Amino acid sequence: MRFADLLHLASESLLRARLRSAMMLLAMAIGVAAVVVLTSLGEGARRYVTGEFQALGTDLLIVLPGRSETTGVQPGLFSGETPRDLTLDDARALLRIPGVARVSPLVVGSAPVSSLGLTREVPVIGTNSDFYYVRKLSMGRGRFLPPGELERDMAVCVIGMKVAAELFPDGPALGGSLRIGERRFRVIGVLGESGRAVGFDLQELVIIPVSSAQQVFDTESLFRVLVQAADHDAIPRTRDAIRAAITARHQGEEDITVVTQDAVLATFNRIFTALTLTLAGIASISLAVAGILIMNVMLVAVSQRTAEVGLLKALGARGRQITALFLAEAILLSVAGAAAGLMVGQLATVAIGRIYPSLPVGAPAWAVVLAVVIAVTSGIVFGLLPARRAARLDPVVALAGRR
Amino acid sequence: MIELRGIHRRFQVGDQLVRALDDVNLTIGDGEYASIMGPSGSGKSTLLNVVGLLDRPSAGQYLLDGRETTGLDDDALAAVRARRIGFIFQSFHLVPRLTAFENVELPMVLAGFAPAERRARVAEVLAALSLTDRAHHRPDQLSGGQRQRVAIARAMVMRPTVLLADEPTGNLDHVSGAEVLAALESLNAGGITLVVVTHDDEVAARSHRQIRMRDGRVVHDAPTPGAPP
Repeated sequence: MRFADLLHLASESLLRARLRSAMMLLAMAIGVAAVVVLTSLGEGARRYVTGEFQALGTDLLIVLPGRSETTGVQPGLFSGETPRDLTLDDARALLRIPGVARVSPLVVGSAPVSSLGLTREVPVIGTNSDFYYVRKLSMGRGRFLPPGELERDMAVCVIGMKVAAELFPDGPALGGSLRIGERRFRVIGVLGESGRAVGFDLQELVIIPVSSAQQVFDTESLFRVLVQAADHDAIPRTRDAIRAAITARHQGEEDITVVTQDAVLATFNRIFTALTLTLAGIASISLAVAGILIMNVMLVAVSQRTAEVGLLKALGARGRQITALFLAEAILLSVAGAAAGLMVGQLATVAIGRIYPSLPVGAPAWAVVLAVVIAVTSGIVFGLLPARRAARLDPVVALAGRR
Repeated sequence: MIELRGIHRRFQVGDQLVRALDDVNLTIGDGEYASIMGPSGSGKSTLLNVVGLLDRPSAGQYLLDGRETTGLDDDALAAVRARRIGFIFQSFHLVPRLTAFENVELPMVLAGFAPAERRARVAEVLAALSLTDRAHHRPDQLSGGQRQRVAIARAMVMRPTVLLADEPTGNLDHVSGAEVLAALESLNAGGITLVVVTHDDEVAARSHRQIRMRDGRVVHDAPTPGAPP
């Protein structure tokens, strides 16, 4: 039998059993569409998060106080000492390391911020002028914290747009005065919209000089220190140098953790890839169910067409030809279902992209390939059993219409 | 040339052994027109299935055109069926979703003929059976007699040497039945071997050789009086 004739005969019998074919097509399409849409969402989440981090620049190192150990007892537990705080002197020491471009110490807290009787509880970040570059901020109005010695305590602040709108509803925030805790600060700038500060809403933030923040929150220690390396290749070297410098300053105790942006990125990548794989796995179950449905319906089709199988055998069809005919029907259905599912999935993905423009949805290529491969494979696997059952029918019994 | 030597066909039904064919010896020459009669259960349909290579004898030898067939495997039997044997069934067995033309074409499609050759031969047999204007009708748009003529066209399209008809007029009224028989007989006149299973004496009387069966045995085998030798 010629291949074109095989396809013709198979599609003819599919077209004649329209409802049955449509149901199987639908099942297969839903399965494929589910894989496409769910993996699109997972991939979108991954791209969103890694994009956020990448926007920060991959030449960033974060210095945290305390040693993070994956196993064992926290150091100092036996000797009875707690990890040393990171101080402004530590931050200054980091600046002297070759390969370090910028150092931005952070003190983070939450304090009531008030202006003319309006009070709000707002996250307050104490830092220096380099923070502007490290976090790639932009200014809406005014300017950022002026450069200068870390210890210099200036009564100036930069505020987010939302804070500005809420505390200065009537007039311009710029040049206004804020009370943070017990101290007064002059507003010298309002942040623009761009820039990233993972974990903070830039609209709702007050930024003050780091030593002022230490006084407001009455602390000597730093929350963390952001270090920008001069270039990406220097990161491993810079990381080791930071560890060595702080260890030397802390009496030989390595009580800090240095996290590179790359490591954070890689971790998030792993988490979200695992998430996407999980979603793909769940969606694949619906594909397998569709395959079983195809088998079921094909089995019914075989028993309905027993007499036809007998006839084909009487006309000289070999067992392999009968198998091929029924298998072709199952494969045609699953291929058509996969194509329809891909289309629906892509449309849904585009629609989701329209509804949530910030989410960079898009099915990864491996998921699309996986969906189509599983669909067609299940068509073959689940089509094979009914097809072979048809091929094995005894022609005499089949012609008599008995089973 | 059909030669059956000591053919047995036994079925196990429950704990009972049914002897559908019991030591059948029969030779049907090329171009013969034979009818097989007998009550139901006499084994006449089983005999036709064995002759048509749809069923395998439990014992005995079957030579078709001098070639031993009992040792052939399923695919080889299918190939012999495709080339040498045409079947006509009581219930027509047309594929309902295919047109008359496509039904007739089916054996050639299975045998892998090129579309151009298929078209030419199908048109030829349809014309021979006066079905040209019905070529693109589906079975449900055809009368019973037309359907059986489409089935005959399908049996003929591979130019077999043997035509086996199982109650070809059983589902037809008298006029259509006569038409169908006339069509079969004119094919026989053209040289094809025709074997008709029937329980209709009138149909049997038109054949040139009458074979009667009972309990799986041939009990009567003689030329019809007045038939050409």
